[in-house]
Amino acid sequence: MRTQPIDQAAAALDAETKAAVYDGSKVGHEKRTKVLFDHYADPNRLRALAGEIKQHVVENLDTYLPALEAKLQENGVKVHWASTAAAACEAVHGIMKGTGATKLVKAKTMVSEEIELEGYLKDRGIESLETDLGEFIVQLDHDHPSHIIKPIMHKNRRQIARTFEKNGLGAYNDEPGVITQRARQYLRHRYLEADVALTGANFVVAESGRVVVVTNEGNSRFCLAATRCHIVLVGIEKILPRDRDLGLFLNLLARSGTAQQLTVYNEFVSGPRGRGQPDGPEEMHVVFVDNGRTDVLASECRDILRCIRCGACLNVCPVYRQAGGHAYRSVYPGPVGAVLSPLLLGKRFPEKADLPKASSLCGACNEVCPVNIPIPDLLLRLRDRAHREGIPSPGTPPMGAWAILATQPVAWRAALAAGRIMNVLPTGLIPVPALRAWESQRVLPPWRGGEFRKWLKMRRQ
Amino acid sequence: MLTDGRTPLSGKRVQLMATCLCDAFHADAAKATVEVLERLGCEVVFPEGQTCCGQPAFNGGDWTASRKVVRHAVRTFESDDPVVVPSGSCAAMLFHGAKLEFEHEPDLGEVVALGRKTWELGDFIVNGLGVRSWPGRFDASIALHRSCHTRGTGSSDAVALLLGSIAGVRMVEFGEGEQCCGFGGTFSVAFPHISGAMGSLKLDHVRAANPDVLVSGDMGCLMHLGGIANKAGKPIRTMHFAQILRDAAAGLP
Repeated sequence: MRTQPIDQAAAALDAETKAAVYDGSKVGHEKRTKVLFDHYADPNRLRALAGEIKQHVVENLDTYLPALEAKLQENGVKVHWASTAAAACEAVHGIMKGTGATKLVKAKTMVSEEIELEGYLKDRGIESLETDLGEFIVQLDHDHPSHIIKPIMHKNRRQIARTFEKNGLGAYNDEPGVITQRARQYLRHRYLEADVALTGANFVVAESGRVVVVTNEGNSRFCLAATRCHIVLVGIEKILPRDRDLGLFLNLLARSGTAQQLTVYNEFVSGPRGRGQPDGPEEMHVVFVDNGRTDVLASECRDILRCIRCGACLNVCPVYRQAGGHAYRSVYPGPVGAVLSPLLLGKRFPEKADLPKASSLCGACNEVCPVNIPIPDLLLRLRDRAHREGIPSPGTPPMGAWAILATQPVAWRAALAAGRIMNVLPTGLIPVPALRAWESQRVLPPWRGGEFRKWLKMRRQ
Repeated sequence: MLTDGRTPLSGKRVQLMATCLCDAFHADAAKATVEVLERLGCEVVFPEGQTCCGQPAFNGGDWTASRKVVRHAVRTFESDDPVVVPSGSCAAMLFHGAKLEFEHEPDLGEVVALGRKTWELGDFIVNGLGVRSWPGRFDASIALHRSCHTRGTGSSDAVALLLGSIAGVRMVEFGEGEQCCGFGGTFSVAFPHISGAMGSLKLDHVRAANPDVLVSGDMGCLMHLGGIANKAGKPIRTMHFAQILRDAAAGLP
């Protein structure tokens, strides 16, 4: 019996990881819901409004992007455009080469994972160090993040303590406070040694050119404190029209992502160090990354570009909770990833065409999304696309014969009667894979095909 | 709400869509639906040509096959009378899903019209007919599983209101009520491990609340959950809410 890759991954997931993912996402969702409904009479109206603003941006990227470029340049920022992952890596490398830099400190950015920047730079003799605690642990383990905002959702503290011990960061100790202190001690002087700081951007505001970066550890501030050059790596869709939109978006992002009123550190960077400013990088670059996003924009799933990467849809998703992030084989896992990851592949869509199948279409993701993305509808569109492109879908029963039956009432009624054979035949002998798959988990109730119709006829007489 | 823009009700004649699951497996839930609607004074018409709402193929990704079945439903339920469905899932297929797959089709208008006259049973009784309480008696504690395809509609609250109004009924809450049971149509066979694990988790929560009956407005969820419980050798009593309404009012004039 063939089942879907994500189902196999869930079945193979060890109990310790499964528990870590399940507990982490469940707690994240419950706190998020409490804080939103405690603080707002109707958070769903805020979600709808934020969704409309982001959809407006997505629909008008062609005017917002040039306007933003002009504003950034006016602010003294150098703007780079990267159409592919390779071009984005080259842009970062080019900037560093130009200043003779060899050491990079990084605040958390999913785009850098997406373009596989670390390996690219390493091959060219440049060391890049993750400074977000979760990403730092991922880097020590040569692992990948399993969650958009909690990259080590899949690890527990004992595993982390073992990683620290193995990497010479002190004897085994799984106290979170001790782990954090050790990471801090290790990272502090690295900030001073680095030449360049690389951050992502949660938002870039079109009217002001403000780059907004939020963290809970203050690591992006440390990154910017001693370096000469600041590189911002950001997807082309991360734009907000006006500064005042930040009031809505920062409030929704923090509550949806980490159940906070506000993320602890909110930085608004308007350009490189200005005259009269005592510190901060002298140079600032923004690298806008396309890497498949304009293809998404041209598709029927462009709504997914509203995403502000809060992770709420991962936390609430029952499939994510069972399978964990790595099952999605993508930088972006969970419901948002199931839409975005195959689309970002462009022509290589078939490689991840199974991801949109990994949903019971329960709609919980849509209900929690701070920008109200109709994720189930988008998953369905991609299922249709995969089918039209003839991409095989293991475990999904073929529907042709069913459609013929279901459009021929006489044949339908005959099938209802014929199905009674299931009540006498051991179902194990019926060679229908879907039935086998059903019975691997459940018992089928007795077949009562036609019984209701007969009853109704009697009642009417 | 997903059900906004629905055609206002006039008259009390309704078309019953029994759903393929009730047609094949859960005859009693369909019978109960008829009896409940008749108790409310409705004239229940059952178009004999009906088959399925088209959702299995829609969710499975075969929209060409699904559209054929939806077109058949449009023809079968051609009368202007409201279509009442004892399933939140099949109802949502008609007022939401079908619109999506007909977006670029010339007959989108007819599909939208079918959606606008389609009601999930509980929503129809409470928000359509304005019924706020149910007569009779049913002595049981009830855990209500709010099926996912009633999100964004008035169905689950309507069902909770009706059940809670019955003398003898005690509604019990259980943990993580907003989580899916794991059925998901073709998902249940393409992702058997995840689907089964989701169902077992739901059952654990339900059992912890120790209800006499697990109730839902969707036989898909109940077939899946009941099937897991039976397979594990720990059967659980499941009923469609229409069965509760019928049984509560049994013997009343």
